[in-house]
Amino acid sequence: MKLSIEGLRFAYHRHEVLRGVELSADAGQLVCVLGENGAGKTTLFRCLLGLLDGYAGQIRLDGDDTGRMTAREMALRIAYVPQAGAPAFNYTVFDTVLMGTNVLTPGLTTPGASQRDIAAQTLELLGIAELGSRGYAELSGGERQLVLIARALAQRSGVLVMDEPTASLDYGNQFRVMRQVKSLAEAGYLVLVSTHSPEQALRYADAVAVLRDGVVEASGAPGDVLTPAMIQRVYGVTAELHDVRTSWGDVPVVVPRFR
Amino acid sequence: MKPNTATSSSLVRGRVWLVVFGVLLIVVIVASMAIGKYPIGPGELVRTLLGRLVPGATAAPTDVQLVVFGIRLPRIAAAVLIGAGLSAAGAGFQSLFRNPMASPDILGASAGAGFGAAMAIYLGLGFAAVSGSAFVFGLVAVGAAYLVSTRARRNPTLGLVLAGIMISSLFTSATSLVKLVADPDNVLPAITFWLMGSLSSVTGLKLAWAAGPVLVGLVVLFVLRWKLNLLTMGEDEARSMGLNTRAVRVLVVLAATLVTAACSAIAGLIGWVGLVIPHFARMLVGADNRLVMPTSMLMGASFLLLVDDLARGVTTSEIPIGILTAFVGAPFFLYLVIGRGNRM
Repeated sequence: MKLSIEGLRFAYHRHEVLRGVELSADAGQLVCVLGENGAGKTTLFRCLLGLLDGYAGQIRLDGDDTGRMTAREMALRIAYVPQAGAPAFNYTVFDTVLMGTNVLTPGLTTPGASQRDIAAQTLELLGIAELGSRGYAELSGGERQLVLIARALAQRSGVLVMDEPTASLDYGNQFRVMRQVKSLAEAGYLVLVSTHSPEQALRYADAVAVLRDGVVEASGAPGDVLTPAMIQRVYGVTAELHDVRTSWGDVPVVVPRFR
Repeated sequence: MKPNTATSSSLVRGRVWLVVFGVLLIVVIVASMAIGKYPIGPGELVRTLLGRLVPGATAAPTDVQLVVFGIRLPRIAAAVLIGAGLSAAGAGFQSLFRNPMASPDILGASAGAGFGAAMAIYLGLGFAAVSGSAFVFGLVAVGAAYLVSTRARRNPTLGLVLAGIMISSLFTSATSLVKLVADPDNVLPAITFWLMGSLSSVTGLKLAWAAGPVLVGLVVLFVLRWKLNLLTMGEDEARSMGLNTRAVRVLVVLAATLVTAACSAIAGLIGWVGLVIPHFARMLVGADNRLVMPTSMLMGASFLLLVDDLARGVTTSEIPIGILTAFVGAPFFLYLVIGRGNRM
């Protein structure tokens, strides 16, 4: 699966949010999208998922223009992992993941044995099979995020789009979720993640793209793009970058100047 | 596999509830044939039913046959149909609006029907015209709300519910206006009584007329029950899971409106059923609409039939069913709010 975005422009009413975004990514890559609040990350993802009409430019998946695809055709190729929120109704974890198989469920039929198998396998894969019969509302934030990832995986599409998956998670769950996300990329998924943490991008991403004022200001290998100068320019924060030697290898650390 | 068995066990438990409520409905239906001012004993009822159903069996006396098949059966069928219909419509709207407080009249179907009926009664039209006018204005009200909501492009669901509330209050005010100018001696009481809701005027003909739209709506809502689960996740998530949200939304609104308008047209305004029954169903079978939808239909049918039995059995001058459903529904809802808090 190959994703390429060319000259993507989008405006809410007259306010232009995206002004010609260029981005490409391949299967097996974890791509982190960074940028300050309002830089257009969410708008970019919503265009990518086919949730916003009326954009200019092109989004191609394996060369096919996604603008011409139906919701179903899109969902077969690209899946969305939203931020874990409070649900209106308390479905079980299993039923929640089963929703992901909707795109594999023909017409107006309800999911059958093969869809239930997919849901069960996906829960198994993420190591949360024991949560299956629990209510989604009774889970912790980290568990909810994993369930939503499982729901996206049950869609059996090649691209995963995640909107700040660690934003509301505690310290430990941030690592557990990102490790899972990283292993999905290693397994061959094309994963796009928006994040507010340059450190997270440096540690996990294969490539990063920095959005600023509706364009990709810089993209490429994390170490090349996320320099102190770039952090200063995007976030207005003076920071130093260090590789810290640990017993499990060298780890990049961003140290902001906070006085 | 573990989660698979866990879920099939909840599905099995749900199906057990479906069987329980199916059997309950049959029991209530048979019992309702015996209840009423003209007493019919169990033995006589069985003989009457057998006389009609089994070829060659001795037929019951004509007056008993008339009471059972001519008077009680249409009314029982109407209660079953309306109870099931309003409950399914409520469950559908609650999913569509992602809000467990939504009821079948949220988009103005009942308010429109009330106005249509009040207007027809005011103009001195006959029973058929009153029902027809109620049905048409129920559809008109929801149609108007839908048209207004299409202007709201950013959040179509919120736009729809806001438009529904607005159109509802418009039609409710218009009904008040009709009542204000109506003759207080005979027209006003007729309007008031109609608005309170009652199954006492249901005839076989009216029933046959309303059964079409209600059944169509019920089938559509039942078929869409799994898609409703996705719809409760919100527009963006549902679409990203491959759901044609616009089509499903239109179908749910259309089906629930057909049901609500047709029910209101023959029985007046019956509140509470569509709000409370889906809640009760969810308490028993969980949130999954694959179970909530059929359970709501069966429970709603039994519930309304029981309340109607109460309405025609307890007092000599019949209490309108719209009043009784609230008397039963409101305390139950309070119990839910106080006893179960946010777990609904």
